[in-house]
Amino acid sequence: MIRLQNISWHAGDFRLLDVSFNVPAGAYGVLMGRTGCGKTTLLEILCGLRRPSTGRLWIGGRDVTAAPPGQRGIGYVPQDGALFPTMTVREQIAFGPRRQNLAAAARNDLVSELAAATGVAHLLGRLPTDLSGGERQRVALARALAARPSVLLLDEPLAALDEEMHGDMMALLKTTQQQLGLTVLHVTHHRREAAHLTDCLLRMEQGVVTEATDP
Amino acid sequence: MKGPVQARWEGWWLTCGGMTAAYLILILGMLAATAVHSSPHELWAALMKREIRYAIWLSLVTCTTTSLLALLLAVPVGFLLSRARFRGRAWLDAALDIPIVLPPMVVGLCLLILFQTRVGRAVEQVMPFTYTVAGVVLAQFVIGASFAVRTMRGTFDNLSSRPEEVAMTLGCTRAEAVWLVTLPAARRGMFAAASIAWARSLGEFGPVLVFAGATRMKTEVLPTTVWLELSVGNLEAAIAVSLLLVMLAILVLVGVKLAGEPL
Repeated sequence: MIRLQNISWHAGDFRLLDVSFNVPAGAYGVLMGRTGCGKTTLLEILCGLRRPSTGRLWIGGRDVTAAPPGQRGIGYVPQDGALFPTMTVREQIAFGPRRQNLAAAARNDLVSELAAATGVAHLLGRLPTDLSGGERQRVALARALAARPSVLLLDEPLAALDEEMHGDMMALLKTTQQQLGLTVLHVTHHRREAAHLTDCLLRMEQGVVTEATDP
Repeated sequence: MKGPVQARWEGWWLTCGGMTAAYLILILGMLAATAVHSSPHELWAALMKREIRYAIWLSLVTCTTTSLLALLLAVPVGFLLSRARFRGRAWLDAALDIPIVLPPMVVGLCLLILFQTRVGRAVEQVMPFTYTVAGVVLAQFVIGASFAVRTMRGTFDNLSSRPEEVAMTLGCTRAEAVWLVTLPAARRGMFAAASIAWARSLGEFGPVLVFAGATRMKTEVLPTTVWLELSVGNLEAAIAVSLLLVMLAILVLVGVKLAGEPL
């Protein structure tokens, strides 16, 4: 479950005003809005990378308003994947479990399992520079899932993909969410993407979020 | 219309190319003239003099120490300038360039005066700087660190902060994320920053002379040697040391270029 209550934030002329919404546990929430309307900022606030000036937020029923990013139980997939430049795919996926002190054997099993599930098992020894856009997004998804989050935050994860990969990745996201029972908040400005994926549609305009029924 | 425009542009490119060639010829000409002025035997004999061997050793030790200290400072300061947004950032950025724009001799004089103040004297009681080897390092550091900071800032500017932020969502503190994700990605920039500080320190003359003196077998570094040997009319030794400085500078230049960082 993701819940925001009266979240406000501003920098210069840009501001988010009393943003409140709720994505129920196990639902696939899609937040739509034009480029530059503040969707990424909102995700950063959910991640704990920006501190809201007012309001509170809950993730999985826990008030995480003051919690550091690593203690919020979230998996974050930024727009371009933001892979770690000097790490192989294996090291990227193992990063979260390593931080959680997961034993080496269990960590290796988890990496293999997630690499297979996201279709990157044959890429484990590669560096980010040797991956295509679609492969990078898959690795970023596997890396986020490896920390075993309760909530997945996706920032335009399909923006840089071609038509065919777009469809594959949408299917992967939906399957993963259903199999793991994750709560997802997926930010996009694509209507088709939203219509295909969403259980809970939200629209953002001029710093204000409202619930919507039709993408 | 196309003909005259094209001709004008060709003329412009010829002018640019000609001026570049003239400058390059000047640089290579002065280096070549210096290189062939004395025989290799005379140069080698000069380099084997006890005082000059000490100056070589002291230059290598102080420059290496300075470049490591400069890097230690440049990483956090460069990171702050690149990533943090705060009031007065532009002023801080400009202030950190002061050692680059000040005449080097003035830096030495300012250091000398600083260590004549009450605070400076108190520091000298614990660790003497004026006219000591530590003073050589400090004089080199003031200027070298400024170049290293500029290089590290550019390096961090070119690295996205996103991977670092993802690492934080995966359980790292900011410092851990920087250590595990950003610094490995910045290693070429760190090498370039240390190399530039090293090369800059190697050629530092004015501040070292004023603040640390030119005492043979004590605070004499290679640029000081060139000046001392020239002042007593020993041109062979001055040329030998100059050529050594040129070779070291070229080595650093090649190293930094190979590391892929713009100078």
